[in-house]
Amino acid sequence: MIKKLADQKQDLVVIGNGMAGMRTVEELLQLAPDHYNITVFGAEPYGNYNRIMLSPLLAGDKDVDEIMINTPEWYEQNNITLYSGDPVERIDRQRRMVHSKSGREIPYDRLLIATGSNPFMLPIDGKELPGVITFRDIHDVESMLEASKEHSKAVVIGGGLLGLEAAHGLHKQGMDVTVVHLLDTLMERQLDGAAGRLLQQSLEQRGLHFRMEAKTERILGKKDKLLGSKRVSGVRFTDGSEVKADLVVMAVGIKPNIELAQNSGLYCERGILVNDTMQTYDPRIYSVGECVQHRDKTYGLVAPLWEQAKVCATHLANVGSGRYVGSETSTKLKVSGVDLFSAGDIIGDDDSEDLVFQDPHRGVYKRIILKDNRIKGVVLYGETGDGSWYFDLMKAERDVSDIRDRLVFGRAYAEDEAKADAGVESLPDDTQICDCNGVCKGTIVETIRSQELTSQADVEKQTKAGTSCGSCKDKVGELLAATIGADAIATVAAEDKPMCDCTTLSHGKVRAAIREQHLLSATDVREALGWDRADGCNKCRPALNYYCISTFPAEAIDDSQSRFINERAHANIQKDGTYSVVPRMWGGLTSSQELRAIADVVDKYDIPTVKVTGGQRIDLLGVKKEDLPGVWRDLREKGGLQSGHAYGKALRTVKTCVGKEWCRFGLQESTKLGVELEQMTAGTWTPHKFKMAVSGCPRNCAESSIKDFGVICLETGYELQVGGNGGVKLRGTDVLCRVSTPEEVKEYCGGFMQIYREEAYYLERTAHWIERVGLDYVIDRVVKDDAGRKAAYERFLESQQYIEVDPWAGRSSDSGAAPIEYVPLKEVS
Amino acid sequence: MGAAQKMVEDWIEVGPLDAIPRLGARTVKSGQNTIAVFRTRDDQVFALDDQCPHRGGPLSQGIVTGCQVICPLHDWCIRLEDGAAETPDEGQTGSYPVKVDAGVVYLSLTPA
Ligand code: SRM
Ligand SMILES: Cc1cc2nc3c(=O)[nH]c(=O)nc-3n(C[C@H](O)[C@H](O)[C@H](O)COP(=O)(O)OP(=O)(O)OC[C@H]3O[C@@H](n4cnc5c(N)ncnc54)[C@H](O)[C@@H]3O)c2cc1C
Ligand code: SF4
Ligand code: FES
Repeated sequence: MIKKLADQKQDLVVIGNGMAGMRTVEELLQLAPDHYNITVFGAEPYGNYNRIMLSPLLAGDKDVDEIMINTPEWYEQNNITLYSGDPVERIDRQRRMVHSKSGREIPYDRLLIATGSNPFMLPIDGKELPGVITFRDIHDVESMLEASKEHSKAVVIGGGLLGLEAAHGLHKQGMDVTVVHLLDTLMERQLDGAAGRLLQQSLEQRGLHFRMEAKTERILGKKDKLLGSKRVSGVRFTDGSEVKADLVVMAVGIKPNIELAQNSGLYCERGILVNDTMQTYDPRIYSVGECVQHRDKTYGLVAPLWEQAKVCATHLANVGSGRYVGSETSTKLKVSGVDLFSAGDIIGDDDSEDLVFQDPHRGVYKRIILKDNRIKGVVLYGETGDGSWYFDLMKAERDVSDIRDRLVFGRAYAEDEAKADAGVESLPDDTQICDCNGVCKGTIVETIRSQELTSQADVEKQTKAGTSCGSCKDKVGELLAATIGADAIATVAAEDKPMCDCTTLSHGKVRAAIREQHLLSATDVREALGWDRADGCNKCRPALNYYCISTFPAEAIDDSQSRFINERAHANIQKDGTYSVVPRMWGGLTSSQELRAIADVVDKYDIPTVKVTGGQRIDLLGVKKEDLPGVWRDLREKGGLQSGHAYGKALRTVKTCVGKEWCRFGLQESTKLGVELEQMTAGTWTPHKFKMAVSGCPRNCAESSIKDFGVICLETGYELQVGGNGGVKLRGTDVLCRVSTPEEVKEYCGGFMQIYREEAYYLERTAHWIERVGLDYVIDRVVKDDAGRKAAYERFLESQQYIEVDPWAGRSSDSGAAPIEYVPLKEVS
Repeated sequence: MGAAQKMVEDWIEVGPLDAIPRLGARTVKSGQNTIAVFRTRDDQVFALDDQCPHRGGPLSQGIVTGCQVICPLHDWCIRLEDGAAETPDEGQTGSYPVKVDAGVVYLSLTPA
């Protein structure tokens, strides 16, 4: 691997191991793990912890270990030198050196200041008395917890977010708490009067006391009997009244911690001034977090810090093109049982309009502030589930005229019709679009732009989004459209899409050529049709192989190296490289002899997991590849079992219900019919997996309506359904027709399957095939054209002559030595 | 041969070339390690740790095409020559010197 030499590395020093600073380092490690020697100074004596969680820590809902983000070991593992408990006292910008309290002198090429903020102390008498504390770090929480054990009365000055969370925590620790607030509404910056009063009521019901519109004049103290020195004893207000207190928590605000920066000559106003790349006036020095002032704003919540950290990291990693342009913030109060959400401008002005919903009985209040039909602010109390939805609409500045009449009722009501518009464009950049591969919206958009991509396939290839389970493909498509404009997308009808990068020919063209030119192997096809790559790729090889064997079942040469490992090994590969074995259990039936044989191989080969599957089979998971032939031999010899093809693009399972044989509602013999259908179709290869089910009555216990071919038994016969799909995108079946006898069911089933086998593209499930060609087409071919269906059924039965009924037979060790592909070539000591 | 021939002392005979399927692989076990020995269409051989740089998938079970193998677990495309993942993926797995002499494959366990 290419590694930078140690001496090429630059020195990065980080001052402040809080949330913003360390997030930046984490982002940086992802982008350029070897770019810097990183040294971090922290004033607090810990690793890095989640400051937000101090509130649950105080309330006793979390312990200290649970709120740690990065332990000292993490720093070690990432080669970061951490000096905790050692604040930096001076920055020497000329010599590019930081000096710490303990006397360390560390040089830097780049410096990151992330010193957060300091709690604000009212400049009143008595503020330095023991028992007067702030609420900012672990040490503060420890002091509060200690005080709560020995004392009973607490006063919290400040009715904002921090003050209320402190009050709630102290109350939970058993203290009698009074909140003192200067104004007549709690959290006045986030809540309007109505919501503020609901909040106050609810907190009063829990036992908190309030002194509203009260200005604290001084903090009183008296001699503590135990300590022998003075300690806080109460607070006095400007109207002369007093409240007793053994503990006073000041939560009246924060101010950016800029002292160090200021002393080193960096330009500061309320905070350290930074530009859109998070650089201070000295371009070697970056700054993020609550200590910065960006475009005239300072922040006191984490969401903006995440964005700042991301931008800063890209610039530190020298891959920076990102800019920080400021953030909208939203607030939630972390008091269990109080649901409150607020975002944006909640005051409004003469031009703004309010949409208000109020249900005093349930304690629900919602107010949405609109201007020009765009959301400017939101206040939710009591029901906050839609908070982030409103917030997204607000940030996207979406015109809400079309859903205005339903907006206050929340997403569920408003969205039905609006879904289409409130799409991915409105999501923030760091929203994860692809959950399987962890790809964010920003990454996708950025890749589309920087590589000038115009087709969805390319976007998926370059970002990996949408390439695992595929459920986010629609979102990826929307993002592409939003980024380059829907008109600019290089769309190709499925019919014309090249099979893969090796050719310009589409699946349809290739299939036709195979038929016309009588091509019998994947290699012949590539040669005859001028493939770009002699070996093809993992996309086209399995497809070509399938097309040849399904077109010329008697003559084609099956190329096992062109098959995916599961079909090559006749077992499913698992994440740890072991395999699973699923014996066929016809129609879901089994017997004591089969079960005994299964139990015996499980013991003999030490198979770790035995699972009943969703398709009514038994799955033996965790079998070593070398053991497969032996497992198969035993299952065959002792249980008469054979391969269940659970690994193939093939007939999978026929699921059945008990039906007329036992069930009091059963209308036909569904189990028997299922077994017969499975016996007729087992071993066939299909473009994608093919699942069937037979239910004994319309109660549909075998879930026929999400199968590729489903049968529902009726009093007078059978209803046939096709094109169902569970899986990633649910699609119920379409009704094909009704027939009267089991023989007809089989004929229609074989005919349908054969036409699908001959005409669908590789990896196209029946659901997608029918969507492409249309149900009418399928009905024309399978139902209306009797002769055509019968002929297709004949071809199906003909091709079943050539299948390997039980692939285990040739490969298990009953036929002599196990085939070489299951054993290592050599073991060396 | 695949990797440029270096001065290698510790060649181990692992078996006849024909025991490895074209466009396929066989494994060689050495203690805890498993090494995948690949054979291309034109009979070049390559040896890599049988571990995908992504999540450790067994590369020996992948589809071989040209001088690449596609991991069976999540389709990463790995270069046979040096074990490096093709873009957009990043990572590299260990590779070993191999040679074919008179139809017999030899492998060295000293990483290339
Ligand atoms: C074992 C089982 C889960 C279980 O423990 O119950 C299972 C396991 C796997 N499913 Fe499944 N699916 C199983 C029932 C289902 C069902 C339910 C059903 O069949 O009634 C569905 C939804 C129904 C459907 O297919 O329409 C289902 C939808 C999928 C999909 C999504 C297919 C789609 O068209 O969206 C995949 C991915 C694929 O095939 O590409 C998948 C893929 C897989 C694979 C093969 C993933 C893989 O490639 O390794 C898993 C193999 C594990 C193994 O080695 O055994 N499995 N899978 C079920 C086996 C059924 C059986 O008895 O043979
Ligand atoms: C109780 C509480 C609850 C909160 N709840 C929420 C919430 O629900 N939602 C939300 O979004 N935000 C919440 N916040 C705010 C959030 O925690 C802060 O916005 C965030 O921690 C700021 O990150 P920062 O890195 O800028 O500062 P900090 O996390 O404070 O990190 C700065 C670090 O730098 C250290 N430092 C300072 N000077 C020096 C120096 N000279 N040398 C070395 N180290 C130094 C400090 O000790 C500190 O550890 C809450 C805050 C508190 C206190
Ligand atoms: S068995 Fe099916 S649903 Fe379960 S993890 Fe595997 S693919 Fe996903
Ligand atoms: S383990 Fe190889 S691609 Fe994931």
